[in-house]
Amino acid sequence: MEGGLVLLGGGNGGGGGSSGVSTTESAVLSKVEVVSEACSYPAETELELGLGLSLGGGGGGSTGKTKAANSSWGECGRILTAKDFPSVVSQRTNNGGPSSVTVSGTKRAAESVSHDSGSPTGVSQVVGWPPIRAYRMNSLVNQAKAQRGDEGDSGIGEKDKPKDALKKKLIYNGKQTSSATVNEKGYLGFVKVNMDGIPIGRKVDLNAHSSYESLAQALEDMFLRSANSLEKEPLTMASKLLDGSSEFVLTYEDKEGDWMLVGDVPWRMFVRSVRRLRIMRTSEANGLAPRFNESNDTQRSKPI
Amino acid sequence: MHKKTAFSFPDEVLEHVFSFIQSDKDRNSVSMVCKSWYEIERWCRRKVFVGNCYAVSPRMVIKRFPEIRSIELKGKPHFADFNLVPDGWGGYVFPWIVEMAGAVPWLEEIKLKRMVVTDESLELIAKSFKNFKALVLSSCEGFSTDGLAAIAASCKNLKELDLRDCDVDDLSGHLLSHFPDTYTSLVSLNISCLGSDEVSFSTLERLVCRCTNLRTLRLNRAVPLDKIANILRRAPQLVDFGTGTYAADLRPDSYSDLAGAFSSCKELRSLSGFWDVVPDYLPAIYPVCSKLTSLNLSYATIQSPELIKLVSHCPNLQRLLVLDYIEDSGLEVLASSCKNLQELRVFPSDPFGVEPNVSLTEQGLVAVSSGCPKLQSVLYFCRRMSNEALVTVAKNCPNFTRFRLCIIEPRTADYQTLEPLDVGFGAIVQYCKDLQRLSLSGLLTDRVFEYIGTYAKKLEMLSVAFAGDSDLGLHHVLSGCESLRKLEIRDCPFGDKALLANAAKLETMRSLWMSSCAVSFRACKLLGQKMPRLNVEVIDERGPPDSRPESCPVDKLYIYRTVAGSRFDMPPFVWTMEDDPSLQLS
Repeated sequence: MEGGLVLLGGGNGGGGGSSGVSTTESAVLSKVEVVSEACSYPAETELELGLGLSLGGGGGGSTGKTKAANSSWGECGRILTAKDFPSVVSQRTNNGGPSSVTVSGTKRAAESVSHDSGSPTGVSQVVGWPPIRAYRMNSLVNQAKAQRGDEGDSGIGEKDKPKDALKKKLIYNGKQTSSATVNEKGYLGFVKVNMDGIPIGRKVDLNAHSSYESLAQALEDMFLRSANSLEKEPLTMASKLLDGSSEFVLTYEDKEGDWMLVGDVPWRMFVRSVRRLRIMRTSEANGLAPRFNESNDTQRSKPI
Repeated sequence: MHKKTAFSFPDEVLEHVFSFIQSDKDRNSVSMVCKSWYEIERWCRRKVFVGNCYAVSPRMVIKRFPEIRSIELKGKPHFADFNLVPDGWGGYVFPWIVEMAGAVPWLEEIKLKRMVVTDESLELIAKSFKNFKALVLSSCEGFSTDGLAAIAASCKNLKELDLRDCDVDDLSGHLLSHFPDTYTSLVSLNISCLGSDEVSFSTLERLVCRCTNLRTLRLNRAVPLDKIANILRRAPQLVDFGTGTYAADLRPDSYSDLAGAFSSCKELRSLSGFWDVVPDYLPAIYPVCSKLTSLNLSYATIQSPELIKLVSHCPNLQRLLVLDYIEDSGLEVLASSCKNLQELRVFPSDPFGVEPNVSLTEQGLVAVSSGCPKLQSVLYFCRRMSNEALVTVAKNCPNFTRFRLCIIEPRTADYQTLEPLDVGFGAIVQYCKDLQRLSLSGLLTDRVFEYIGTYAKKLEMLSVAFAGDSDLGLHHVLSGCESLRKLEIRDCPFGDKALLANAAKLETMRSLWMSSCAVSFRACKLLGQKMPRLNVEVIDERGPPDSRPESCPVDKLYIYRTVAGSRFDMPPFVWTMEDDPSLQLS
């Protein structure tokens, strides 16, 4: 997922440590005994696979949740399991702090999200949960805005309670796209990105980024990195997208339908007004005015 | 020496007999009786359903069934609906259209779900199939109104254009104006997903006027309420109608106009749309409520009292989609008013709020299960649940075929006992012997999977999230669920052992999706090597899986059976595990 990957060990205090991840063999066996005869899961230390193979290699009594040694997880992060979390009672009180329940699996880059004092993170951090189609989510979001009318720029409003979150100013143009940007964390932050010369567009999650550099890096990863090369493109490619020194520039369509060069306005303002992105050939980008420039004929440097 | 016995019929007779056999399953059985039946059947099959567009190649399908008139294809895995499948994964329809354009010029019907459709594909359809009649695109993307305009302009015999929940690039091309003035064959039009502000109402009205066979019309949000009356008056034969925005300043004359228009529609059985509802205008539909069988209020942000009033006017309702504004009290009224209810879907109005914003709990579900004996299909979003409630629901509704429960906060325990919800879901699978589809949520241990493996013998599709403790859970499901076709799992501690131990099972299923689980790259490779008739796709946007240790878990895994081999259109973040003939068992 754009910006949201397997949960890495860092950044989350809750319930972690290396305990509680592997189930002991005795726990496995006790489970097996309870199972009815319909189950033929062998409670052996090394599971005989139907194909005549066994995984071996120190898999030991683990039930597959962990591999051999914890050290093998070092580079790839750890999948948190049910044992890492306290069971959650749904009607827990809003204790004003970030929830201690973090959820494993795809999660937006934690570091980019600031924890507002009044809003627990809850489900809003997890990609694709609750399982509501983007189409429907969008309608909900757009409806809330339409109902309230355009009350002007009410800003991010950290003090609002979560249930008022839908009532904040949202991007709504009368156009119902399934990638409407919502400026509140936890909502759809996906915008379409197209790159000149590449027929298939992608979507990027703006909520997963807190800066232009991070966004540009993600886009560079998405469009410019080839699968077979293990070496990443030089890091400077990302900044080239932003300063106009590469063959491509990053542009965006704002809510008024105008195409702008990315990078001139403060990040949060950009997130609020962007409708979609386009990685445009610099040669075609002439005439695009940076948003706050006095004169319209200031142009980005042309490609060499 | 006679080759044919005295009992063989001429082919034409057999063909005639086969024409009465419509279901794919039966057709498949027929084709396996003997070689000559296979041959006859394949020449007279008219409809093909391909549940996974990568399971077979278009050429193979057309070679076997050269005379098809209708094709239905599904592309991306279901979890693509929730943004779990990265853009660009695949599901392109163009190769299919190209093959069919050449070989099946008499194709009449194309139905696609979760596929990437381009304007080029649409234009090719418009050009290639002279008798094209029906295009149904469900949750598709990649095309614009330009492509649709080509269809409208060229397909003189078009009866159905249905765009359900599609992501259409709306270029405001006045789609409807591309239907020629001579065009009158429209029966079903669903443009509810179009975002354009610029619907020409006069064009719409003229279209509706001249298409006297129009039965289904679902408008998009941009059509204002004051245009609805005119449209309804021009199409009193409508059976299925979707409004646009259901909001306007309240004026007595426009209200009575609307109410009058609705009453003129004696055949109306299904209503939807209702964006931005102004409650004062709702009673305008009361004249048709008594005959309504299907009502989609899932975009209607009206509160419980209005919903209750509305629902109590609809005694014949079979299908209701609604937001959780209906609350437990509304569901109780539903239970007492709508005894024919078969399907209920309750969506959350505030999915990300931590505190409930409405009083909708497990009680509403229990009430409906108790009052509606014909209830078969449920999709229910709520914030709390108990085993007791689930057991009650299971006992009340042994006829469930689809049960999908989403408790919004992952791993939520029984709110009364703080225990896992294993027993509750266990009761569902135990009592509902015909259950075909199940989605789990809440706090669940391996035990629930034990129940599922033991009892859910007719289960075809299972969705699992944030559940289970160990591979045992996955093993129960794979080894026990005999009818399982689709399994989708996210964020569960299931790893290599259960998967590899049940590798053969995977060939009996359409597909398996596992994301944010604990399956190692090594296991994926092994599976790919050993099972040539499976495509094992590793989807990982972190980069090539072999740049990390083999024991590292993959981000996403999609396994599906196929006779077409690896696909050629994979994006850079998808890797297919290669077959290794030397490792395969004979």
